Amino acid sequence: MNRMLFQHSKYASGVVLLTILLGVMGVGATIAQLVFLSKVVNSVFLAHGTLAQVGPLLLLLLGLIVVRAALTWLREVTAQQAAIRVKSALRLRLFAHLLQLGPAYSKSESTGELVATASEGIERLDAYVSRYLPQIALSVLVPLMIAAYIFPIDWISAALLLVTAPIIPLLMFLVGSYAEKHIQRQWLALSRMSASFLDAVQGLPTLKMFGRSGAAAERVARLSNAFGERTLKVLRVAFLSGMVLEFMASAAIGLVAVILGVRLIDNNITFESAFLVLLLTPEFYRPLRELGVARHAGMEGKAAAKRIIEILQAPLPVQTVATSCKPLANPLAITCAGVTYTYPGSERSALSGVNLTLPAGSCTALVGRSGAGKSTLVNLLLRFMDAQDGSITVNDIPLSALPIETWREYIALVPQRPYLFYGNVLANIRMARPSASAQEIIEAAELAGAAEFINQLPRGYETEIGERGARLSAGQAQRIAIARAFLKDAPLLILDEPTSSLDPKSEMLIRQALERLMHNRTALVIAHRYNTIASAEQIAIMEHGKIVEIGKPERLLQQDGSYTQLMEMYRKVRVTI
Amino acid sequence: MKVFLRLLSFLSAFRWLVALAILLGSLMIASNMLLLGMAAYLIAAAALGPLLAILTIPIYIVRLMSVSRAGSRYAERVVSHNVTFRLLAQLRTWVYRRLEPLAPAYLHKQRSGDMLTRIVADVDELQNVYLRIVSPIIVAIIISLLTFALFSIFSPVLAWDAVAFLIITGCGVPLLSGILTRGLGKRQLAIRGELNAQIVDGIQGVPDLLAYGQADTQLRSVATLEKKLDQIQQRMAVIAGLQQALNDLLMNLALWSLLILAIPLVVAKAIAGVYLAFLALVILASFEAVQPLAEAFQKLGHSVAAGERLFKVTDTNPQVQEPVAPLPVPSNTPGRFSLEFDHVHFAYQSDEGQVVHDISFEVSTGKRIAIVGASGAGKSTLVNLALRFWDPDKGTIRLNGHDLRQYALGDLRGLIGVVSQDAYLFNDTIRGNLLLARPEASDSEIEQALEQAQLTAYIQQLPKGLATWVGEQGLRLSGGERQRLAIARALLKDAPLLVLDEATANLDPMTEHTLLDALDMLMQGRTTLVITHRLVRMERMDEILVLDEGSIRERGTHEQLLRSGGLYQQMVQLQEGILSLT
Repeated sequence: MNRMLFQHSKYASGVVLLTILLGVMGVGATIAQLVFLSKVVNSVFLAHGTLAQVGPLLLLLLGLIVVRAALTWLREVTAQQAAIRVKSALRLRLFAHLLQLGPAYSKSESTGELVATASEGIERLDAYVSRYLPQIALSVLVPLMIAAYIFPIDWISAALLLVTAPIIPLLMFLVGSYAEKHIQRQWLALSRMSASFLDAVQGLPTLKMFGRSGAAAERVARLSNAFGERTLKVLRVAFLSGMVLEFMASAAIGLVAVILGVRLIDNNITFESAFLVLLLTPEFYRPLRELGVARHAGMEGKAAAKRIIEILQAPLPVQTVATSCKPLANPLAITCAGVTYTYPGSERSALSGVNLTLPAGSCTALVGRSGAGKSTLVNLLLRFMDAQDGSITVNDIPLSALPIETWREYIALVPQRPYLFYGNVLANIRMARPSASAQEIIEAAELAGAAEFINQLPRGYETEIGERGARLSAGQAQRIAIARAFLKDAPLLILDEPTSSLDPKSEMLIRQALERLMHNRTALVIAHRYNTIASAEQIAIMEHGKIVEIGKPERLLQQDGSYTQLMEMYRKVRVTI
Repeated sequence: MKVFLRLLSFLSAFRWLVALAILLGSLMIASNMLLLGMAAYLIAAAALGPLLAILTIPIYIVRLMSVSRAGSRYAERVVSHNVTFRLLAQLRTWVYRRLEPLAPAYLHKQRSGDMLTRIVADVDELQNVYLRIVSPIIVAIIISLLTFALFSIFSPVLAWDAVAFLIITGCGVPLLSGILTRGLGKRQLAIRGELNAQIVDGIQGVPDLLAYGQADTQLRSVATLEKKLDQIQQRMAVIAGLQQALNDLLMNLALWSLLILAIPLVVAKAIAGVYLAFLALVILASFEAVQPLAEAFQKLGHSVAAGERLFKVTDTNPQVQEPVAPLPVPSNTPGRFSLEFDHVHFAYQSDEGQVVHDISFEVSTGKRIAIVGASGAGKSTLVNLALRFWDPDKGTIRLNGHDLRQYALGDLRGLIGVVSQDAYLFNDTIRGNLLLARPEASDSEIEQALEQAQLTAYIQQLPKGLATWVGEQGLRLSGGERQRLAIARALLKDAPLLVLDEATANLDPMTEHTLLDALDMLMQGRTTLVITHRLVRMERMDEILVLDEGSIRERGTHEQLLRSGGLYQQMVQLQEGILSLT
C-alpha cells in the first residue's frame, strides 16, 4: 500500500529515507552526548575534578548539544517535506481521477464523503508519512544501535533490553487489535451518535414546529453522555497497551539500575560505564514510546489511505478508442439502438433495449416517472458512461468512435440542478465557451431571460455566486444554465427538467427562451410540465428503462396508450376552467 | 481572556474529577523524575560503598516508581478522557439550549448550513480545552514548583537555574513559534478554504464541468492552489522544526548549565558528589512537563477563537419571547380554531424591504384558505409568522381572537401541523421520525396515518419496515416519498390547524396526483392554510388570496377570480398554456 501512496510523488520515498537517516544520526549524537555527560560526572564525582579540568569536555558536550538540536530541526523539516509531497501529489491525482470517473461514480457514492476524503482525508496522511512511517524504521534501528553500543560494556543489561524490546510491540499489538474489534462493533452506533448533534441543530425549526425542541435538549444530553461512556469503555482497553509499554520501560530502568549497582559493588564495572548504560536505557525505549504516540494518528492515516487507494483503483467508466476525427455536420441526428445499461452493483438494469431516434433539427420530449431511466440515457449521450449493449450513433457514426472531449463540444447541457461555481456570474456563464467576450456573455444572458435579475444583483455580472457567494434561487440558477447553453451554441441540446423549479410566470419566460434556443437544433427535453412537452415534435415515454411509446403527440393520443393516460392525469390535476 | 474564563466555567461541574486528573498527570511526571533520579543515585551510591544494604531503600523507591509511573499514566488518561467527554456533553447541551429559542430566526440571517456545521465543529474543538490546554499548563506549573523545591534542598542557585530554563522552554518557545507563524497560519486557512471550495465544485459540479469541457481548467486551478499551499506548509514546517529543536536544545542546555553551576559546588563540598548524577537525570526528566506547552498555547488560540464565535451566537437574544402569563390552550372540542392576520407588516431585516405589507385575512374554523403567488412573493413568510418564529413589525396575528403573543410558544405550535416543501427528516428510524409528531401515538394510529398518506405499500416492501433507518446513513427517499412521510407525520400530529407550504412543488404529476388525494384526507375537518404556486384543485378552497410582492391584490373564490379577469386568471392561463388538445 505504501508503494501506491508514494508512486505519485517523485523522491518522496527518498525523503522518508533521509528522515530515517537523520534520525539515526541524531541518535548517534545523543549517544556521544551521553558519553561525554558520563565522563564529566564521573570526573567530578569520583575523580574530584574541577570545573577547569572538565572544561574541554563540557565544551565538546555543548557542541554536541547544538549538533543534536540541528539534526532534530533537519529531521523535522525533512519529515514534513515528505508528507507535503505525498499529500499534494495524491490530492491532485485523486481529484483528476474523480473528474475522469464522472457523475456515474459520484452518483453511487456520497459526494459529501468524496469531498471529505479529497480534502481532510488527505491531510490525515500527514502524520502517517511524517511520523508513523519513519518511526517504524527508527523503532527497530535505534534500539539495535543502542543495544549494540551497550553490549560490550554490560552484556547483561543489553540482553535484558533486547529481550524486552520485542515483547512490548507484541503486547501492544495484541491489546491494540482487541481494542480495534471493540471499536468496530461500536462504530456504527458511535458515528450515529456523533452525527446526532448536527442533526438536532439542523432540524431545530422542524423540532420547534412539533414542539419537541425542549425534549430534544434532553436527548442531546443523553446521547452525548452515552457516546462518552461507550467510547471510554473502548479507550480503557486501548490505553492498556500504553500502560504495558510504560511499565516495562520503567521496570527495565529499575532492573538495569539494580544490576549495575550490584556490579559496581563487586567492582565489576566502572561508574562511568554504568552511568552511561543507565543514561542509554530510557533512550532505548524512547522510539517505541514515540511509535505508540504516532500509532493512533498513523492508523487514521492508514484508513484514509485505504479509502483513497480504493477510489484511485475504481475503473474508469468509459474506454475511448477514438477512430474518427472528422467534424460532424450540423444538424445532428442521433440514433439509439438496443441500448442497455446497468449501474455497477445494481440488480435491475436502468435501461434495457432502448430504441430511440432524435431526428436532425427536431425536438424530442422524454417523459416518465422518476427512476424510469431518463437521466441514465442522458448520461450515456454525454458519454459519462458507455452502454453495455446496443449502440448510439451520431449521423451514422458510432459515438464510441469519437474522442470524448470533442463529442461533448457538440452538446449543450441544461441539467436539472445546475451547479454554480465559485466565481462571479460572468465566469459562471463563460465556462460554456471560455473564449467568449463579455458582450457575447451578456447577450446570452439576455436571450436566457437572466439579464434582468443579474442586473439587480449587488455587483451585477461581477457578483460572486456559488457556494461562497450570493445565493440564487433555483429559477435564477436555471436561467444561468440556459445562458450557458445559449453561449455555447452547440448543435445538440439536452434539457433535463429545465422548468421544474419555476412558478408559472418564470416558466413562461423560460419557455420562450427555450423555444428560441431549440430553433434549428436537435434537442432532447426531459420534462414533466405539460407545457414543455406539448410543443415537441416527438414524444417518447419511458417506463422501467424501456421506451413504451414514441411518436408525434397527435398520433399518440389516437393510440390511447400511455400518452393518453398521461394526458388524463394532467387533465385531472389541471384547473377546471 | 474573559472568553477563556467562560470556557473554564464549563469544567466547574466536575471540578473534582479535573483536580484528580491534574494530580495524576503531575504524579506521572514526578514518578518518572524520581525513578530516573533514584536509579542514578543508586548507581552513584553503589560506586562509593561496598554495602548492598545501603541500596535497599533506593531500590524500593525505584520499584515503587515504576509501578506508580505506569499506573498513574493509565489512570490519568482514563480520567482526563472522561473529563473531555463530559465537557463535550455539557457544551453540546448548553449550546443546544441556547440555540433553541433562536431558531430559525437568527439562523436565517446567516447562511444556516455553513453556520450550523461551524457551530458543531467549534463545539468539537472546545472539548480539547481541558485535555490539551488546562491540564498541560497546570501540570507544568506544579512540576516546575516541585523541581524548584527539590533543587532548593541542594542549592538555591540550581533551583533558579532549573526553573529559568523550564520557563523559557514552556513560555518562550511557544511565544516565539506563535509570532513566527501568525501570518502563515491565517494564510494557510484561507488557501485551504479556497482549495476546498474548488474541490467541492469539482466533485459536485462534475456533470456541468464535463459537459462543458472544463475539467482541465478546474484541475489546473486546484493544482495552482495546491502549490501555494505547499509553499506555506513548507515554511510552517521549518518553524515547527525550529520549535522542536529549541525544546531539545533548551533541555540539554538546562542540564549543561546545571553542570556548570553544580560542579563548583561539588568541588567546594557544598553538595555531595553522589547527588550529581541524581540532579542531572531529574532535570532532564522534568522537561517532559513543559514540552507539550507549545501545542497547548496554539490550541489556546484556536479554542478562544472558537469560543468567541460560539458565544457570539449563543449570547444573542431571541427574536421571539415567551409570554409571562400564557393563556390556556384552547381544547380540541368543541373545536373553535380560527387564525386571523390583522394589518400585518413584516421585514426580515430593517434595512430590507417589507416582505409582507398590510396583510389582513381570516381563516375561520374548518375553512380552507389558499394563498397563491409567484415565488418570493412572501407566502412562506406568512407561515413563519403564524408559527411565531418571528413577530410582525406592525399589526397582530390572532388565534381564536387572542394575540398569538399571549400563548405559550410550545402550546401554539402544538396546535399547528405543517407540511412544508423540504420536510426535514432526522437520522432516526421511520418510526422515530413519525413519533416526533406525537411520541405517545400507538402503533395502530401510526398505521392509520401511513395508510392515509398512501405509504403502506412502500413501508411493507422495506425489509426492516418502520425500523428502517432514514437519513445520513440510511434510506434515500425520493421527493414523493419524503413528502408523504411529512404528510403522515402531520396526520399523526392531528393538530386542529393545518398549514401546507408548497407541499407538492417539484414533484412529477403522477406523484403530485397521488399526494393530492392524501392531502385532501389531511385537510378534512381542519382549519387549513394552503400556500402554493401550483394552482390545482383550487375550486375546493373557500377563499383564495393572490399575493404579489407582499400585498394581497385579489381575493375571492376560484370562480369569482376567474371571472374577474385579473392576476389570478393570468396565472391560471400561464400554468395551463394555450391548449390545443383534442
